[in-house]
Amino acid sequence: MCPRPLVTGDRRCSNGWVNSPLPDRDRSSPDDGGAPVGRRLVLAMLGLGAAGVVAAPVLQRTLEDGLGAVADKDPTGLTGLLPNGGGFRYYSVTTSVPEKTAADYRLTVDGLVDRPATYTLDSLKALPQTRMVRDVQCVTGWRVPETPFEGVRLSALLDAAGVRPGAKAIRFTCFDGAYSESLTLEQASRPDVLVATRMRDEPLAHAHGGPIRLYVAPMYFYKSAKWLSGITVTDSVRPGYWEELGYDVDAWVGRSNGRDDAPTV
Amino acid sequence: MTSTPGSAGPTAATTPPPSDPSPRVRRFTTAERLVHRATAWLVLICVATAACLYVPQLAELVGRRRLVVTVHEWSGLLIPVPLLAGLASRALRADLSRINRFGPHDRRWLRAALRRDHAPGSRPAGKFNAGQKLYAAWTAGAVLVMLGTGLLMWFTGLAPLVWRTGATFVHDWLALALGVVVAGHMAKALADPEARRGMRTGSVERLWARSEHPLWRETEE
Repeated sequence: MCPRPLVTGDRRCSNGWVNSPLPDRDRSSPDDGGAPVGRRLVLAMLGLGAAGVVAAPVLQRTLEDGLGAVADKDPTGLTGLLPNGGGFRYYSVTTSVPEKTAADYRLTVDGLVDRPATYTLDSLKALPQTRMVRDVQCVTGWRVPETPFEGVRLSALLDAAGVRPGAKAIRFTCFDGAYSESLTLEQASRPDVLVATRMRDEPLAHAHGGPIRLYVAPMYFYKSAKWLSGITVTDSVRPGYWEELGYDVDAWVGRSNGRDDAPTV
Repeated sequence: MTSTPGSAGPTAATTPPPSDPSPRVRRFTTAERLVHRATAWLVLICVATAACLYVPQLAELVGRRRLVVTVHEWSGLLIPVPLLAGLASRALRADLSRINRFGPHDRRWLRAALRRDHAPGSRPAGKFNAGQKLYAAWTAGAVLVMLGTGLLMWFTGLAPLVWRTGATFVHDWLALALGVVVAGHMAKALADPEARRGMRTGSVERLWARSEHPLWRETEE
């Protein structure tokens, strides 16, 4: 049988256990009394969470400064796993992405152009290269400062192909089989839009969209389609993969997607 | 000297069999175990999908970002549901109130745990020891914070941008802390087969209950 506790003290009093005259404390059930510490802890966590949301901008800056300094000297790469530990995050919308090398990589330029073309990796690298160093800003919040990109200006490829009158936009397709992007012809003609061959002064790695990716410096990074394989000139903007899912087509950093990040250009 | 069973004579076959030296005592009802199991699966799915969204190597391996995001959102949203449904059980409500209350023995338990004191009698505990109480309350609070910040990130129209950025910050760091704490919870369970049996079958050995939870007024099965 389970003996019921002898309740003699005022159990709502926080020091009830200390002062209440429990002559036979051993026999009372210790599970029934005491302070509601559990409830207080739950409420404290809720308060801390709310305070964290409010204080996040300050906390984040402090942490980024500290972690950034550590990450620069971290040989294990473990700091890269910490939130906002600096660096890129890998997003792919498909299960796996084939690897392409100089032997089998091709980039086609077609659509409303006079001279459709197919480029190999070597032929792209042989064209005049432009190097830019800007911040990379992802629409999910992370930002990587001063990242060098190098490649052929998209406008140069479009000029070589001869854009026909009536063309309004460009559609980009990727050899992952699913991703797509878009730019207006005016956006595509900007000098800070590259068909990138190098990133961080190294050949583009597969994980970063290599061997060739788009680089749209003034826009959120989802515009910079990885694993670029097709450039098609069209008569209207066709929203890309994430844009079909609600992201802005004109994705200027700091002026779209409801965000106010500092512009990257 | 008192007589022992079987000593009365050669007709021992007619006497009742000797009682189990360590009878089992009831620790959790079926409802409680179902709530635990459902919550555990939801948390595991939520943590696994979080890892696939977050750890670059796993993200690279798994891909399919939209699907993973959807599974993560829904498993996370559903985590409180089993417990809320379980509130219909009187036994579960009674255990919740045991977990909520801290007595002086809980402070002694915590002090002994902090000193790594394993001496017999140094860690008095009722049905739940102070560590289990703290774990339960902390994770309950943390899960609610994850839920709130997660909803802010999910439904971007709910709040202004600064809130969303702040929610992302809290969600990321608290996820890391929760991951460590839940891993600790599983490590503790792995180290104690009888505790696991209690959650799996609902009952534990009386000897185990007496040594691990000496102040618990257990009921026999």
